[in-house]
Amino acid sequence: METLNYRYENGKRTLAKNPQIVGVVGSGNLEVLIESAPLDGACTIEIKTAAVGFGAIWEAVMHDFHERWLLADARISINDMGATPAVVSLRLDQAVQTMLEDAR
Amino acid sequence: MSSYLELSARERLQQLFDPGSFEEFLPPSERVVSPHLAQLNAPVAFDDGVAVGRARLNGEFVYTAAQEGGFMGGAVGEVHGAKLVGLLQRAVLDNAPAVVLLLETGGVRLHEANAGLIAVSEVMRALLDARAAGIPVIVLIGGSNGAFGGMGIVARCANVVVMSEEGRLAMSGPEVIETANGVEEFDARDRALVWRTTGGKHRYLLGDCQMMSADSVAAFRQAALDAIAACAGGPVELTLEALEREQQLLAERLARFGAMADPADIWNSIGMADAQRVSMLDADAFVAAAAAHRLGAP
Amino acid sequence: MQWPTLANALFPRGHTITERDDFLSGEAQVGDDVASATIAIIGTTGHAPIGVEIALAQATAILNTVRDHPGRAILILVDTQGQRLRHRDEMLGINSYMAHLGKCVELARRRGHKILALVYDQALSGGFITSGLMADACYALPDATIRVMGLPAMARITKVPEELLTELAKSNPVFAPGPENYLRMGGVRAIWDQAGGALATQLIEALNEPTAGDDRSALGLARGGRLLAQPVIAAVVAGGHVLAA
Repeated sequence: METLNYRYENGKRTLAKNPQIVGVVGSGNLEVLIESAPLDGACTIEIKTAAVGFGAIWEAVMHDFHERWLLADARISINDMGATPAVVSLRLDQAVQTMLEDAR
Repeated sequence: MSSYLELSARERLQQLFDPGSFEEFLPPSERVVSPHLAQLNAPVAFDDGVAVGRARLNGEFVYTAAQEGGFMGGAVGEVHGAKLVGLLQRAVLDNAPAVVLLLETGGVRLHEANAGLIAVSEVMRALLDARAAGIPVIVLIGGSNGAFGGMGIVARCANVVVMSEEGRLAMSGPEVIETANGVEEFDARDRALVWRTTGGKHRYLLGDCQMMSADSVAAFRQAALDAIAACAGGPVELTLEALEREQQLLAERLARFGAMADPADIWNSIGMADAQRVSMLDADAFVAAAAAHRLGAP
Repeated sequence: MQWPTLANALFPRGHTITERDDFLSGEAQVGDDVASATIAIIGTTGHAPIGVEIALAQATAILNTVRDHPGRAILILVDTQGQRLRHRDEMLGINSYMAHLGKCVELARRRGHKILALVYDQALSGGFITSGLMADACYALPDATIRVMGLPAMARITKVPEELLTELAKSNPVFAPGPENYLRMGGVRAIWDQAGGALATQLIEALNEPTAGDDRSALGLARGGRLLAQPVIAAVVAGGHVLAA
């Protein structure tokens, strides 16, 4: 297992109160837990993954995700079991969308 | 119409119960994960593979749990089992009108071995305690992993077992049996045989499943409502009379069918001829056809 | 220990236990000159695989006791290699036979019968879960083996390398097969000393212990073998957070 941590500072969009979770920790899949958290405006992402040694790819996917949504005071936690970058991006977007729908 | 089989545990909870009514106990944001998986380099899940809480069914709160078959096969580890026990205990304290368990599980989580085994046994005790407190326990089985192992035993401790044709209920999986005793004993790749042996229709005909449901969330929802209503007609707790009846059913089953090689022989014997035809019938047609032949208490 | 030797040690005042197809049943006298009682014995021997027949035989003996001898204590002697792995047993619904046995044990308990179990040789998984593990209290002899599955099969199914499991099984309570681990996790109440007349004495003490509800998760926490089960149960019940030890 490998643990990766990312923190982004220039976000703008804050989230609703209730945490959300999407996805399942099964082969080729992942779960994404997303919550509002007091982080001085930052968005933090912690990934625990069974696929070791893909740090550079994770970094790129997380960077793109942040650019897409620019979340602030957001804490994202991931348990991953070998999902492809495409599936990771999909779940992350699903997580944010679920948050936004819940807020409406 | 949503296929129950294809949904995740959380999707089943969202869609089966009244919209937006599910309140989770010890949600994933609490991050109560398995303490045992890391040493095996296995990933954890924030809910340890089961969501427990309460939700409204036609306006009334029932207590519920849904196992996620996609995580560790829905198998029961220390935390997962403790969540189920806590749910059943809380249902008693809160005097819940019913407990509805959406089971999809391989049984004891081998990665947690001893802790998982004790946990399943505690779930069994807690379920029977809930029944003793007058709370009906309904089990729904319709996921792709079925309900196996120790949880296949727990399922049959409930008041009512509802299954879809796609659901399976058994103890040992066909692969385990094939590995132990050879492919002649049980060919795990013979899907038709696997479903004849452990699937919803066979269990319904034997009397181990009391209600059939189509593979849709709406059908399972209705079956849960019907099951709860059916429990209102008699004692919910274990009684000597009911166990004597069950013992007789099981003794007769063994005497009548113990020498048969294939479940289709059993179906023939009870008057449900043509196994092929039985497999083709949809849930309602099957229930109608089975009515005059199936075993078990009405 | 062979069951006749065990029975003589447990019941110096006599017993009528017989064995048929690895199924044990009968009665035994326990007590001393001041007070003695007859208890019912059911169990298995020969590392019996538990199939539909033995599960039903045990359940029948339990209900017979409930019907014919109200309040009589029941001792379950456990020696099993686990559930029988046959297509026939699955076809007939062995999970139902086992559930039925568990329910009969529970009914007996509700009707005031004290139910104890003693693992005197092997106890595996499905052969044990609705007998020994449904008792008010489960005891074990020091040399007993209690486990969920053999390591090679476990390695195959979990895809965890057998070497890793073997290493963990040496000392990790979750995998190690000795009764000490079940003791620490709360699954076994005590390991009995089998020297001299100790077995008979320990049995009488166990029979005299008041019956509580299922307190195994609390035991597991107190003994340090299962640190999360009880706190998680408590958190779900109270609607709060887990206060881990």
